[in-house]
Amino acid sequence: MSAEAPLVVVSGLKRAFDVSSPWITRLIEREPRRLLKAVDGLDFSIARGETLGLVGESGSGKSTLARMVVGLLAASAGHVLIEGVDIAAKADPVARRVVRRRMQMIFQDPYASLDPRWRVGDIVAEPIRAFGLRQGKAEIEARVNELLGLVGLHAQDALKYPHEFSGGQRQRVAIARALASEPEFIVCDEPTSALDVSIQAQILNLMRDLQQKLGLTYLLITHNLAVVRFMATRVGVMYLGRLIEINDTTSLFAQPRHPYTRMLLDAVPDLTMSGRARTPVGGEPPNPISPPPGCPFHPRCPRATEICRTETPEFVDNVACHLAHGDPNWLAGA
Amino acid sequence: MEAMAEMGETAAPAATRRSLRSRLADSDMLVSFLSSPVTVLAGVITLLMFAAAVLSPWIAPTDPFNPATNFLADSLDPPRFTADGDPRFLLGTDDQGRDIWSAILYGLRVSLLIGGGGVALAGAIGITLGLIAGYAGGWTDAVIMRVADVQLTFPTILIALLLDGVAQALLKGSSHHETAFGVLILAIGLSFWVQYARTVRASTLVEKNRDYVQAARLIGLSPLRIVVRHILPNVMGPVLVIATINLALAIITEATLSFLGVGLPPTQPSLGTLIRIGQNFLFSGEWWIVAFPSLTLAILVLAVNLLGDWLRDALNPKLK
Amino acid sequence: MSEALLSVRDLRVEFATRRGKLVALDGVSFDIAPGEILGMVGESGAGKSLTGLSIINQLDPPGSVVAGEIRLNGARIDNLPPARMREIRGRRIGIIFQDPLTSLNPLLRIGDQLVETILAHSPLSPKQARERAIAWLAEVGIPAPDKRIDGYPHEFSGGMRQRVVIALALCAEPALVIADEPTTALDVSVQAQIIAVLKNITRRHGAAVLLITHDMGVIAETADRVAVMYAGRIVEIGAVADVVRRPLHPYARGLMAAIPTLETRAERLAQIPGAMPRLNAIPRGCAFSPRCDRVFARCLVERPPLLTIGHRKVACWLHLEAAEEGR
Repeated sequence: MSAEAPLVVVSGLKRAFDVSSPWITRLIEREPRRLLKAVDGLDFSIARGETLGLVGESGSGKSTLARMVVGLLAASAGHVLIEGVDIAAKADPVARRVVRRRMQMIFQDPYASLDPRWRVGDIVAEPIRAFGLRQGKAEIEARVNELLGLVGLHAQDALKYPHEFSGGQRQRVAIARALASEPEFIVCDEPTSALDVSIQAQILNLMRDLQQKLGLTYLLITHNLAVVRFMATRVGVMYLGRLIEINDTTSLFAQPRHPYTRMLLDAVPDLTMSGRARTPVGGEPPNPISPPPGCPFHPRCPRATEICRTETPEFVDNVACHLAHGDPNWLAGA
Repeated sequence: MEAMAEMGETAAPAATRRSLRSRLADSDMLVSFLSSPVTVLAGVITLLMFAAAVLSPWIAPTDPFNPATNFLADSLDPPRFTADGDPRFLLGTDDQGRDIWSAILYGLRVSLLIGGGGVALAGAIGITLGLIAGYAGGWTDAVIMRVADVQLTFPTILIALLLDGVAQALLKGSSHHETAFGVLILAIGLSFWVQYARTVRASTLVEKNRDYVQAARLIGLSPLRIVVRHILPNVMGPVLVIATINLALAIITEATLSFLGVGLPPTQPSLGTLIRIGQNFLFSGEWWIVAFPSLTLAILVLAVNLLGDWLRDALNPKLK
Repeated sequence: MSEALLSVRDLRVEFATRRGKLVALDGVSFDIAPGEILGMVGESGAGKSLTGLSIINQLDPPGSVVAGEIRLNGARIDNLPPARMREIRGRRIGIIFQDPLTSLNPLLRIGDQLVETILAHSPLSPKQARERAIAWLAEVGIPAPDKRIDGYPHEFSGGMRQRVVIALALCAEPALVIADEPTTALDVSVQAQIIAVLKNITRRHGAAVLLITHDMGVIAETADRVAVMYAGRIVEIGAVADVVRRPLHPYARGLMAAIPTLETRAERLAQIPGAMPRLNAIPRGCAFSPRCDRVFARCLVERPPLLTIGHRKVACWLHLEAAEEGR
């Protein structure tokens, strides 16, 4: 990996949702305001050309994070910088437009991410038109056909409507649309979760090929650890809106340093039936509205101690755990 | 690139735009339409009535509103098929000597024009406000919805009277007769827009959060463009159903208003006006003056309602 | 060999549409022995859910069973009147669906739903039924069951709800449980717990399970045998270890190779070209032939039957010799 500055830098990113009752109810029943801290202070960076995977279960805040990184959702605090330029860029709408062109998103549900009333060709052409990347009908059409070819579809498919395609084909259209604005950075929010396994393999291979061919940078958000193992160069684990561990893929999977990471790895069904040793798992992801005090994971943690119940661990040395410092292998043989 | 194409699923070869005919023949909607005799009948009747209304100047045997061609001597003649009927007048004449059959044809035209115009206006207002309320949310949404709630408390007749008075005051010198058309369309439009607005708002709220709208936001499209090009086409389904059923209601409303005297004048009558005129003669034995316009109105409204019912069921994906 | 608990022979399900008949299940045959867990795996549209629905006679029109026999303990259940079928559902066949939100009535307390089922299928008094219900809740791992029995479904988390659904399916002590995607809507960490609960409870009560899922990992952990479905047919059936480690059918092989695991080190995932054919475009001969890398002439014209090789069956002409040798 080169020593150049990272392409994407996320610092202190927070997002809270106000889920309080209406103010009159609060007044009458003397209830306090309630804030749901979906994302509670995230810091990470992504180097050009790499794939950062973020894994988490429901309530981890990963979908909220995905939308904040591309600017679909405003942050309550913190910044997202693309090569040093803040994507919110309130002062400079031109700069904001320029930076927005450099990123795109692939959504989870192939059945909802394409406008059912538009033809596929128009869907893929829309970003080209919006950013003025090609002029004239002929040029745009040629570019659309080129993009469809890149994702494994045919030029004739441009005339069809989304409902005429299968889930996997629709996701290809979504990828073609994402590529149409010639971005450098693509956020992929569970891109294959709604697809069958054999189609997932096709799409993941396609995404990797495109990454090599076009020099793309990915932020891959998923709950599937095996997918992230295959696709990502670095992996971060989220729990209740916080990053609790981040490491390069090989190290994270070989020597997880946070008990939650260990638990996630153990929970993955063992397809190879290798009979590997697994600690039984317990509990369920907590409700983000009322997180436990201290370390948010302590109610489920087999190693929790007194300090875990009272103090929230800082994110230090790429892991947020009171007990994780020192021997990186401390969880092995549990 | 060929290798990549091979790896993809095989798309159908050479997809040319299929001819309208072949797409229609295959269409689910056409089949469901043809499978119900009642719906087909309703469709045919509606079509015939629309045609009659449009072609009335040419099909009507006389122009009943040209005083020059009416002879008072012909007044109150019974229909042709009765004992003492005059062969010139298919359905008889009224007290002014106007041919009822011609009057119905012209009246149909006026009724449909006002009904259609009213529905179009209501739709335009309702869809626009519904889209704005749904997409903008927050205070805009709250304000528009409260205005809608207030609007619903006003009965249509009251609105018509109010507008009539305002029109008289503003356009001094013009008689009620000249402004009646516009007043009626405006009154119907203002009465019925709320239903469109609520339905469109509900659909907009759903579509707004779907990923394809997020994708459009991502490329920096303005909210106006997103609403018009993406959301509007996807919320039109229920609107069509409401519009069809509303058309029947609008025609009845106009008829009611005319019947009560705040609608169209006798010189340019709609079916409602004709019914009002005819009512006076019902008990003196000239039953045909009220009977035939009433029958026409009833059949028209029934046919449009049945068509609306079919459309609602046909467009409802859950019933399939 | 003991008699099979459930025996399905040549099950054929068709959908009557305007454009003609679509064959959704084309001659599906398999057995489930008492107490065993048979996994049924396949991708969307393969027909695995339809198989489960056909067994309990819950196919929605225009789908209908047009041929085949389904026997429970030797007696036919596919031609029973609806009232008799209702008795069997619940008492002898328990059902677990994917979404616990729709399996549980949101307006009833879970205790009431459990007690209702227990009373319907056993001669207990209401008080005894309630105690039995509490015992069931404890068995599926709900903490403080005597208090939580009076809760409503929305007061439980997803995993807890699914445990309740499992209790509900088993409280009448059925011999067979049909579980259709029981863990798909759950988080990874919760999935593992629910699989463990399902496995333990069915073993303890001697119930057989037809476990329908698209997740091969769940099958590998839970099932004794597995049937792989493709385009409305079973293409391979055998012991889980055999099918997962040494799949015989090219589709099963492709499927296993395409699944990424924690141990995958390859640069590319093995992929099968194309997609499962739509119901109105199932190829002549073997349904997998257009996508198969080892296809030859016979595959294109003649559909392979399930050939027996030892304890396994595979529907593929490549294994014809091996099957004949075994005979």
